[in-house]
Amino acid sequence: MTRLLEIDHVSVGYDGTTVVHDVSLALNTGVIGCLLGPSGCGKTTLLRTIAGFEPASAGRVLLDGQVVSQAGWTLPPERRQVGMVFQDFALFPHLTVAENIAFGIRGQSSRARRERVTELLRLIGLPDYGPAYPHALSGGQQQRIAVARAMAPRPRLLLLDEPFSNMDVELREGLAREVRAILKQEDITAMLVTHDQNEAFAFADRIAVINAGRVLQWDTAYNLYHKPIARFVADFIGQGRMLTGTVRNKHEVETELGTITGRIPETCQPGDPVDVLVRPDDIQPDDSSPIFGEVMEKAFRGANFLYTLRLGSGDTVLCLAPSHANYALGERIPLRLGFNHLVIFPRQTGPAMVS
Amino acid sequence: MRTDPVSRQGGFSSSRLKRPDAWSLGVPLIAAILALPVLVIFAHVFIPASDVWLHLRQTVLQDYVTNSLILMVGVGVGVLLIGIPTAWLVSMCDFPGRRLFEWALLLPLAMPAYIIAYTYTGMLDFAGPVQTQLREWTGWGWGDYWFPQIRSLPGAIIMLSLVLYPYVYLLSRAAFLEQSICVLEVSRTLGAGPWAGFHRVALPLARPAIITGLSLALMETLADYGTVQYFGIPTFTTGIFRTWFGLGDPGAAAQLAGIMMTFVLVLIVLERYSRRRARFHHTSARYSRLPRYRLRGVHLAGALVVCALPIVLGFVIPSAQLLQWALRTPHMWMQPEFLVLVWNSVSLAAIAAVLAVALALVLAYGKRLRPSLPVNAAVRVAGMGYAIPGTVIAVGVMLPFAWIDNTIDGWMRDAFGISTGLILSGTLVALVFSYCVRFLAVSLQTVEAGLAKIKPSMDDAARSLGTPPRQVLSKIHMPIMRGSLLTALLLVFVDVLKELPATLILRPFNFNTLAVRAFELASDERLADSASAALAIVLAGIIPVILISRTISRSRPGHDSPA
Repeated sequence: MTRLLEIDHVSVGYDGTTVVHDVSLALNTGVIGCLLGPSGCGKTTLLRTIAGFEPASAGRVLLDGQVVSQAGWTLPPERRQVGMVFQDFALFPHLTVAENIAFGIRGQSSRARRERVTELLRLIGLPDYGPAYPHALSGGQQQRIAVARAMAPRPRLLLLDEPFSNMDVELREGLAREVRAILKQEDITAMLVTHDQNEAFAFADRIAVINAGRVLQWDTAYNLYHKPIARFVADFIGQGRMLTGTVRNKHEVETELGTITGRIPETCQPGDPVDVLVRPDDIQPDDSSPIFGEVMEKAFRGANFLYTLRLGSGDTVLCLAPSHANYALGERIPLRLGFNHLVIFPRQTGPAMVS
Repeated sequence: MRTDPVSRQGGFSSSRLKRPDAWSLGVPLIAAILALPVLVIFAHVFIPASDVWLHLRQTVLQDYVTNSLILMVGVGVGVLLIGIPTAWLVSMCDFPGRRLFEWALLLPLAMPAYIIAYTYTGMLDFAGPVQTQLREWTGWGWGDYWFPQIRSLPGAIIMLSLVLYPYVYLLSRAAFLEQSICVLEVSRTLGAGPWAGFHRVALPLARPAIITGLSLALMETLADYGTVQYFGIPTFTTGIFRTWFGLGDPGAAAQLAGIMMTFVLVLIVLERYSRRRARFHHTSARYSRLPRYRLRGVHLAGALVVCALPIVLGFVIPSAQLLQWALRTPHMWMQPEFLVLVWNSVSLAAIAAVLAVALALVLAYGKRLRPSLPVNAAVRVAGMGYAIPGTVIAVGVMLPFAWIDNTIDGWMRDAFGISTGLILSGTLVALVFSYCVRFLAVSLQTVEAGLAKIKPSMDDAARSLGTPPRQVLSKIHMPIMRGSLLTALLLVFVDVLKELPATLILRPFNFNTLAVRAFELASDERLADSASAALAIVLAGIIPVILISRTISRSRPGHDSPA
């Protein structure tokens, strides 16, 4: 595995405001990465910096070890061999599907171009649509054509800017998986931007969670969910609540739901107040337990119920219970904590903080 | 999501330039030059009054204001009465011939008001075919009967209404079609019949669009010179002519124009305001064909009459009359002088069209590449000319150009003893410039609509596929824009061909166009002789009607067209 994309302490900003702050991350060949974050966090700006549409105000962007952006100098997008798929697909309305796909292929015989177009049309499952015009196609078809067009010149890196956000919610995950399969088949390195974590989980191998222009964690989906290293990541990824607790020693934290054992950050001293991340699947109803929670809200999800429970202290936790465990609102149910990963943050109010 | 609105709109520039460049300086400069005539007129409002002005104020100003107001109110009522019912019938009802009426109702747009005015005069005056026929049938003689006088204020109102209602028709029809799905279906499920659906739901929803159409029609009414002059009705436009050429006081003419501009400003504000509101009246992004009311019996007959009458009166009868006259007077068009007229008109219109479209391109790209408050404001100011009567623009062009000419001439005479004469004001330069001021909005609107089809992400897509900026222009922008540019060229071309008052004022000595010649001959009561020139203008005027009707049939909701 070689390092294909390297973002080295990059900041991006204009008109006196900085949108991306000192971001560093690297992407190896064949890996699909994702920039995940809420609206306005700077993820699209970062993507457009990688593409060469935005100049970096500090730091460097390297492709294949070659600097393509640094403060005061930007290699123009057309010379980067970086493909991009846009949110609105940006298909050229005056060209047919085949002409759209062939648009970026250069320096090849017309026969080679035709063959590449045919190959890609087959790959995206639209072999007969070459002569059609984009407006005659459905959103999902347009989207796959946009991907094929970006892939056609065999770019070093493929960037996707919220490519699924114009799709119906039911279609999104399926399409994300479909496009991922296409990219993996061609062994393409890619970077996706999205605000939808399910999409990110379905699409990417590694995900960078971004907030307020900073990358908080660059990790696998599993680790983001189970081992968040920042409070924002813990809040943003999946569901969960913070439970107040007190550090007892190097391995144990005392909470309302009992003593929890796990690895405790070195910065936490015994006696420190901390917040413990409790996921809905960490809590199960257990008739033998002496700890109770009162049902505040319940949401039927088919296979299970999601309960919001209030504990004695007033803290709330979420509980994912099998769907036959049907409790009434206001009912007090016995609870048991079943932890695999202990995630704690020093007690603190205010913005997300890296522990 | 977008944290960077600037670069999203920023076309194919990857780096935003902070320092002023050709775009951010050039666009406001062009706009300023195009705004010059209007600014000159406004400046004159504050210049101390001359004797002529005081004289005007004591004598005829009152008449100008009253007549212009009556004309506007009358035409306003007229265009609403014709435009709204026809629009509703063709968009909401089904009856034989509906598709024909849909575009044929636009045909009167091809008929300049001054031409229809003297055509009807020729038909309806004492010696005309109608009264002659009447006398033959009844045996009456002169003075035995009363016949309505067409050359009157009510006559002018009818003439202008007949050719200006398409503005209201066009915009309200579009509004009715846009509403079709949601609200009207809801109103039907709530038990509203066709009438209740019309006046409780459709009409209030279409009101902003209708007012926009109305204000456009009123702008044309205010700008009209040919009709009121021919009918001998003193209004602002005829007053400006008289003051300048009759009383020889350009300053007072400009002051009169300044007062007229306040009327125009009211209309502009009205139009802008209702356009803004029209956006909020978009009720649904989805369209499906609403079942139309199928008309039978009396309703069918009524609908046919309502739709056919404006077309027959506003286009068929006057064109037929013009054709008959033209065939009777072959000596007028089977001669080289007519070819000179055609050549003058066509070449002038072509030059103005190319220039107006080129300027529109510069302004539209400036707005796209360097969106900023000054640039956007400049583009808007430059597009204001469509509301300003040709007479006013002509006065506003003439004053500064004459001053520049005199200054240059004086300086050259002092320095070299050569007289340069009138470089700008006495030549086609002034005329073409005033056309650009007046019709830039037409080209700007079309060019901007074309440019809007090219999303900024398409620029980005092309570049990420390895296309340098210059090629983005030739491979993406030009092919997509071609249709819009052609449309813009044609629209300006025809508008210039029809234009009368500015041409009358600014044309070089002995330079005639079809419009000027038709008007002059008609004013000399040589109606039949003027017909061939008029018919040529009407024929050219059909081109934009075809263009518009093609566009609206393509944009019809529910029609399978590119979204």
